[in-house]
Amino acid sequence: MRNVFPPPSHGPLWANEPKRLPNWVELIRNYPFGVVGLLVLVIIFVASGLAHWIAPYDPLETNYANTLAAPSLQHWLGTDTFGRDLLSRVLYGGRTALFIGVSASIIGSTIGAMLGITSAYIGGWFELILERFLEVLLAIPTMILALVLVATMGRNLVFGIDFNLVLAIALPIVPNMARIARSQTLTIRRQAYVDAARTLGFSSSRIIAWHIAPNIAGPYIVMVTTFVSQAILIEASLSYLGLGVTAPTASWGLMLAGNAFNSALTAPWIVIFPGVAIALVVFSFSMLGDALRDIFDPKASAGR
Amino acid sequence: MLPLPNFVRKDRLASRHSALPTRWRQRVHELLGSINDSENPGNPMAEKQIEGDVLLSVRDLHVQFLTGAGLIHAVRGVSYDVWAGEIVALVGESGCGKSVSSLALMGLLHGGDATRISGAASLKGMDYFGLSEEQMRRLRGREIAMVFQEPMTALNPVLTIGIQIMEPMLAHLGYSREKAWNRAVELLTLVGVPDPERRLGLYPHQFSGGMRQRVMIAIALACNPSVIIADEPTTALDVTIQAQILDLLQDLVDELKIGLVLITHNLGLVARYADRVNVMYAGRIVEAGTTSQVLRHPRHQYTAGLLKAVPQLDMPRQELLETIPGQPPSLRALPEGCAFRPRCSAASDKCLEIPALTRSTQDHSDACFHPFKDNGVYPAAGTPEPIKPAISKEALLTVSGLTKHFYLGRGATVRAVENVSFSVPTGGTLGLVGESGCGKTTLARLLLRLEQATAGTFELDGDDLLFKRGQRLKDMRRKIQVVYQDPFTSLNPRHKVADALVEPLLVHKLRKNRREARERVEEALSLVGLPSEMGDRYPHQMSGGQRQRVGIARALVMEPDFIICDEPVSALDVSIQAQIMNLLVELQKKLGLTYLFIAHDLAVVRHISDIVAVMYLGRVVESGRRQELFAEPRHPYTQALLAAVPSFRGLKGEGLSRGPLQGEIPSPLNPPSGCVFHTRCPLATDECRTAVPESRSLTETHKVACVRA
Amino acid sequence: MLRYLLNRLMLAIPTLLGVATLTFFMLALLPGDAVETMLRADGGNPTPEIIAAERARLGLDRPILVQFGDFLWGLFTGDLGSSSWTGKPVLDEIMLRLPVTLELAVLGMIIAVVIALPLGTLAGIFHGTWLDNLIRIFAFGGIALPSFWLGMMLALAMLWFFNWLPPLGSNSLFSDPIRVLQQLTLPALAVGYRYAAMLVRMMRASVIEAMSEDYVRTARAKGLPASSIVRRHIVPNSLLPTVTIIGLEFALMVGSLVVIEQVFSLNGLGRLFVESVARSDLIVIQGIVVVLTIIFIAINLLVDLAYAAIDPRIRLGRG
Repeated sequence: MRNVFPPPSHGPLWANEPKRLPNWVELIRNYPFGVVGLLVLVIIFVASGLAHWIAPYDPLETNYANTLAAPSLQHWLGTDTFGRDLLSRVLYGGRTALFIGVSASIIGSTIGAMLGITSAYIGGWFELILERFLEVLLAIPTMILALVLVATMGRNLVFGIDFNLVLAIALPIVPNMARIARSQTLTIRRQAYVDAARTLGFSSSRIIAWHIAPNIAGPYIVMVTTFVSQAILIEASLSYLGLGVTAPTASWGLMLAGNAFNSALTAPWIVIFPGVAIALVVFSFSMLGDALRDIFDPKASAGR
Repeated sequence: MLPLPNFVRKDRLASRHSALPTRWRQRVHELLGSINDSENPGNPMAEKQIEGDVLLSVRDLHVQFLTGAGLIHAVRGVSYDVWAGEIVALVGESGCGKSVSSLALMGLLHGGDATRISGAASLKGMDYFGLSEEQMRRLRGREIAMVFQEPMTALNPVLTIGIQIMEPMLAHLGYSREKAWNRAVELLTLVGVPDPERRLGLYPHQFSGGMRQRVMIAIALACNPSVIIADEPTTALDVTIQAQILDLLQDLVDELKIGLVLITHNLGLVARYADRVNVMYAGRIVEAGTTSQVLRHPRHQYTAGLLKAVPQLDMPRQELLETIPGQPPSLRALPEGCAFRPRCSAASDKCLEIPALTRSTQDHSDACFHPFKDNGVYPAAGTPEPIKPAISKEALLTVSGLTKHFYLGRGATVRAVENVSFSVPTGGTLGLVGESGCGKTTLARLLLRLEQATAGTFELDGDDLLFKRGQRLKDMRRKIQVVYQDPFTSLNPRHKVADALVEPLLVHKLRKNRREARERVEEALSLVGLPSEMGDRYPHQMSGGQRQRVGIARALVMEPDFIICDEPVSALDVSIQAQIMNLLVELQKKLGLTYLFIAHDLAVVRHISDIVAVMYLGRVVESGRRQELFAEPRHPYTQALLAAVPSFRGLKGEGLSRGPLQGEIPSPLNPPSGCVFHTRCPLATDECRTAVPESRSLTETHKVACVRA
Repeated sequence: MLRYLLNRLMLAIPTLLGVATLTFFMLALLPGDAVETMLRADGGNPTPEIIAAERARLGLDRPILVQFGDFLWGLFTGDLGSSSWTGKPVLDEIMLRLPVTLELAVLGMIIAVVIALPLGTLAGIFHGTWLDNLIRIFAFGGIALPSFWLGMMLALAMLWFFNWLPPLGSNSLFSDPIRVLQQLTLPALAVGYRYAAMLVRMMRASVIEAMSEDYVRTARAKGLPASSIVRRHIVPNSLLPTVTIIGLEFALMVGSLVVIEQVFSLNGLGRLFVESVARSDLIVIQGIVVVLTIIFIAINLLVDLAYAAIDPRIRLGRG
């Protein structure tokens, strides 16, 4: 264990600048978690994107002769209670999770960012009302809000994707993103260069487009990444509760639902692999998000 | 380990260190073995035998940092000594290594192997650089203490002042809590905090900036250290408070025979308070000696240039300041040889070697191959400036009765600007001067229409501007432009310079297309002395001075009539300040601009202004032509401000009065009744407590708001 | 101090009212007819007449503002209406299930705080070392592992290795605390881990930030030993932002509770909520959201209290 405040080394000085490592080595050294997260995500995106071509079986193909088979060469991750190939279902489930997660996060963050920026910039009664409204939304736990939305909106299937489900997951993100965008905007607004723009006669919309939006792009990307993991977890939870993605669409949450737990007593792999898949994706997104935060806003995250 | 200086005599060492814990004596004796009498590199001044005790001596100190951007050699061989009962100044511009070297001496640098230190430092004769972190810790706060720049953040917000003062005593001296408490009461009394018993139970946020700095000094004094390092102790404070704090430090040094290292960028402070001075440039000491020698007979070209570049209240005012060209070098890419060579007018091929610090007289040494030669005393004593006829009589901007109140709810009102009237003649400069919270920045924001005034009017060229909206507001904005204080925040880091300047031209349709706008921008850039290729840089690729030039160019592209300069030089290094001020003066002549120049530095205001207005707590207390106001200040506040500004008027020990103004600036939230200044005014009578003084004219141009003036 | 608390309390009331209003209108106005969904959930295929009759029975055919006034008045008088499914008063239903959920929440919170504060402090103080990396991975794990899945895994592991499963049924904390603990420890661990992970990250970041503060440099310049710098200067200041997060992230844990109650067949509020969502029993949903919001606000008031206790700037007011 090193000292809390490691003292400098007394002794010989560097005669020349020590050789710099190549940029990519520096990147790995500085953000090992982020790089790992990114790599894992790339693999997962490719694998689930190409599920149609690389999945060994049809994810819906039942085989009652071979239910709850242990992992083997034929079925790398084993089979479920209907004899469906788990690997194929995990791959297709990834497609669902990533699609819903990424789209919900982008929809929610974008609406939130726009609301946050305008409310902070325009101010006045608009800000006051929106502020109150967002505060109220924030007082309702995300998962509860998503459940309420699911309860009221029903289903709306477009190309096999429940669009209302995406909305139900996206909407709770809005106030969270709006709050962040608002505080960022307020900080930037206080910068002298925004004052300067006003004295130069720039209109509000031009100041937003010219000064504020580019400075919020960094936090926005970080938050989208963070919210993707949140959205994936909520999708999994909702599906587990039977209120999210419905069969026959493959979903990791759905694979854990129903009597999966009882079957797991004899065939633990049917719950282990979907859970590991969720964890791996969310893990990678969080690590990537953390690294992005460090890169975009080294002050806010401190350390390094 | 580097050798200790030869004035350290082995026999004196042990006795001096009887004050140290017993387990330390062992260490001292080990160290004795390593001392030899060989010649030392570095500061020959330091080798001189002087009566009294040498408390701190530094030999050939180097500090390097390995950062993501490369290797930074921040301190490159610094040597100096501090004797008991004296103030030694380390003076230099930002990045010259003055702070880093002190942190290294305190053992406060960290960073493991990414930070490297070499050299030697001894405290009361004992080399302490070889000590372990734990042993070093036992020295800190006990033998060598430090006072930092920012009193607002240097104290822990969640602990009482009492605990924070007692901590070093509990840690080092083994005092009981009661004994430490009593000593803390003593210390607060010593540093001039009234009602110490009660104050010890308070938290930092309940103290003003000046009081916090006193508390910091009490903490530093707690264990009776032999050396205190004060790192820009008054930079964050107002000029009247600055004088109080430094007077206090001066008294403590005299009484307690402490050695004080005063780190500062302010040559005026050096003149007034330091016994000896070390001038630093790019990590090295370039000149060292007694204050009178160095300031009156500078030898290094850099010191001489610096002295000429700083406007001083007691020197004759010149139209333009003499400047040092260029900018301080980057520590990552130092020029070969003398680091000052690229900016030096006297430089020759000889300067490609690094000059050593050599003694020229008994108490003066410098590191320059071509020392500055002056004839006699430099700077020359000032002669009073003749009162010239006023410039244009026509006022471009007329402000009358301007008032801004901020309503905070629950009936609390901040009277930021109260009934302010003045006018600025066409082509002239009005200097607005005052301490923090006096409302000068709010005033600027009102004129820029970034805030809406509560009452009053202001007219530009006879055109009332206060209630303009829409397109007419936009037209007005073109005519009034602004240059901000901080060139780091006033440019958007994400836009290239040229883009940032082209955009407003297009917004105002002053140029038809981007190409024509770009031509205009290049014109403006060349006006402020920047080559056109600078347009393709981002702000972070430029130095502070260059950025400030861009800020000025941004104002100029709009072809304004009137420019508000809000502390335009206070964030810049001393040698850059002069360049920017000269630029502003030249532009005014060339383009016929009118300026409102806001600053807290009286000397800067005197240099640049035709008319000066002094503000205190939202009011203009005195205004007049420069010549009148500086020659014959009438308001007691103006007089006090002028007296508080340290300058070369008199060096330390030349019979100068101390900072005359006591007390702190009241809060504008709850300003005193009557004359707002009466709480600090030496002339105040009962009348001042009740009646708000009217502004009355002394001459055609000189006005003062004081019944006693 | 008292004024600060009163101020906070006054601020909480509009939030609560806002939540109630929002929930009401969301349920009343959003697309999708709840009554129809509810009847369909029964498995039947209701005719428009049946739906209309059911709406009339529930009073849903009245003007929306009348319904809203009714709902608000009910809120004041402590009447949250009756379930459209079981017909029982919503408040009774909620009160019956609340204890389990509260016990679980408090246990989860205690576990989280006890784990997170020391780990976060360690990671912050030794940031950049292997210890920090270990703790960070631990924290990433808490964020990534879905708590319901973690609960399943814990239960499976218990069964696998010890042939033990948490007892079922409802138990009172006062009559049988041991049994309650047996029942709740695993789910509390599962939700507490996630909560802890959030707190660890916040504490770590705050500690790192505090270490670069000027007052820590002052403390070092005083020559204080590292241990007392950490104890007296770094930790109290780092607790401030972390304590705020404890309150805010409580909402996150409530979300996990809803799911974890399903996994462990705990008859709590979350279970009732999910059942009601599945049945589109809007009145119960509404009631639960209001009650959860009250709990959330109460927790945050407690957090504000703790904050004031640590921070003299709040306790004594500024200036």
